[in-house]
Amino acid sequence: MASTDLAVLTEGLRKRYGDKTALDGCDLAVRAGTVHGVLGPNGAGKTTAVRVLSTLLRPDGGTARVAGLDVVRQAAEVRRVIGLVGQHAAVDEQLSGRQNLEMFGRLYHLGARAARARAGELLERFRLADTGRKPVSQYSGGMRRRLDLAAGLILAPRVLFLDEPTTGLDPRSRNEVWEAVTELRQGGATVLLTTQYLEEADRLADDVSVIDDGKVVARGTPAELKSRVGADRVDVVVRRAADLPAAAAALARVAGAGPDVDPETRTAGAPVRDRITALSELLRTLDAEGVEVEDVELRRPTLDEVFLALTGHAAGKAARGGATGVAGAAPAGGGRTAGRGAPGGSDEKEARV
Amino acid sequence: MTTRLEALPGSRLKWAVADGWTITRRDLVHWANHPVQLIVGLLFPIMILLMFGYLFGGAMKVPGGGDYREFLVPGVLALSMMFGIEATFTAVSTDVSRGVTDRFRSMPMAGSAVVVGRCVADMINAALTLAALVLAGLAMGWGWHRGIGPAFAAFGLLLLLRLAMLWVGIHLGLVLRSPESVMALQILVWPVGFLSNVFAPPETMPGWLGTVVEWNPMSATVTAIRELFGNPGWGGDSWMAQHSLLMAVVWPVLMVALFFPLSVRRYRRLSR
Repeated sequence: MASTDLAVLTEGLRKRYGDKTALDGCDLAVRAGTVHGVLGPNGAGKTTAVRVLSTLLRPDGGTARVAGLDVVRQAAEVRRVIGLVGQHAAVDEQLSGRQNLEMFGRLYHLGARAARARAGELLERFRLADTGRKPVSQYSGGMRRRLDLAAGLILAPRVLFLDEPTTGLDPRSRNEVWEAVTELRQGGATVLLTTQYLEEADRLADDVSVIDDGKVVARGTPAELKSRVGADRVDVVVRRAADLPAAAAALARVAGAGPDVDPETRTAGAPVRDRITALSELLRTLDAEGVEVEDVELRRPTLDEVFLALTGHAAGKAARGGATGVAGAAPAGGGRTAGRGAPGGSDEKEARV
Repeated sequence: MTTRLEALPGSRLKWAVADGWTITRRDLVHWANHPVQLIVGLLFPIMILLMFGYLFGGAMKVPGGGDYREFLVPGVLALSMMFGIEATFTAVSTDVSRGVTDRFRSMPMAGSAVVVGRCVADMINAALTLAALVLAGLAMGWGWHRGIGPAFAAFGLLLLLRLAMLWVGIHLGLVLRSPESVMALQILVWPVGFLSNVFAPPETMPGWLGTVVEWNPMSATVTAIRELFGNPGWGGDSWMAQHSLLMAVVWPVLMVALFFPLSVRRYRRLSR
């Protein structure tokens, strides 16, 4: 691929905070006109990478180019072609949405009239036009996010960075952000978005880079990654512990990989490719063998399971709560995590970078 | 999309001025959006003036004679400049913690604008505060007695003190960003403000405390402007009291000389 087709290219990017390594030779390549998902747990280095690419942070080593421009030596030029939407809605709470967008438009040197017109366009597009003089402090979380997104789009940037754009949003607001990203992509923009959610990367991204401990550990299209991970997982909970080996054997026949068995919760779980065929076949087998089933769950793999499948070890931080919903992750992770050793001491990565 | 999205041409200097003004304007719009907030801010020092002038003032005696309210007004003028540090600090730390500063830094605007805008907006606010206090003081019978020239010099010294507080505030805002530190600062300005000659002459205090009070930079400003306004002071024969005019310039200049480079360094270190 010619480097001119790349909207973002980083090579050997390194950044340390004291004795914590946030980026450890991070190589990212984002094709122009695509949505690129950077998938990883908290503390993997996603935010640090975005901060370097948006000229907010100087890397300790390596190079980073955005739209062909070096983010350190040509920072001023880079700022003319990027938009940034960070984790927090970075807008003035005491101003109205329109006042915010007009201020940012003036600071992009559009001139007062164009700044006003652009603010009007964006408010319309993000359904904020009827908020009037209401200050942002009275906006809902979803409205703030939309305003934040609008602020990042004032220049119609060639490359837009979205840092965990849906973290902490309710499902409706999340869908709105997703729609906006899809529209942007159709408009020809390049979008780099970081996320902790496999589902989000799957839904939005053309390509995905999986990042852990400051390095890219896997890359590919969502379909490629899923074929390595298994699209879905089936967990079977049996009534009698004695039936567990039979359930595991039945699972093994339909699963893409060996089942994980947890005697404590009487659960056997495994990734499957074709969810419906696998499920019906599994239930038939279990029924024929007289295994009494207490519960069956068909679900997406958690981020921890993705990491396990792609890297052979759990993500930087074990048993990540809320974000991934780790039901079943503990039995899956238990046995193999132990083999990881502790290069770099995974607990230290918890710090927000 | 019909709007032209290219940047207008212009020299760096032109955009530095324009961007600085855009950021200044942001505060002016805050005031227009929330006039009550602005008015409460202006009324607060007036309340202190009234409280000390009428509630406690009857029991106060100015050594060497003189009206206590005449003694008090210059003190409260300086106090209001010192309290301004809170506004600066809160504005800076809020922008940093909310990510607004980062958004500015990711934009192709003049890097100086954030600070220039903060300066101009806060100095406009300081001028409004002084104007409101002066009106209240005049209504209480306070006045300047040595002509308009020295009076303007006095206002100049007050604004200089505010400028010093501005740079201390910017630096603290960049260093301490948690909401708790905002509260700590809001509490801490009180002892610093009261450990001065604003409300009582140092010679009425225990010796060591009087010395501490005299070395409070704010006290130099208060002594100097009492002299410039022709309001009763307490004379005093310490070096600090004798050189109050000099120190009313030296202290703020020293603070700016220290905290301006520190703030610039801190701001640059946001990218480290």
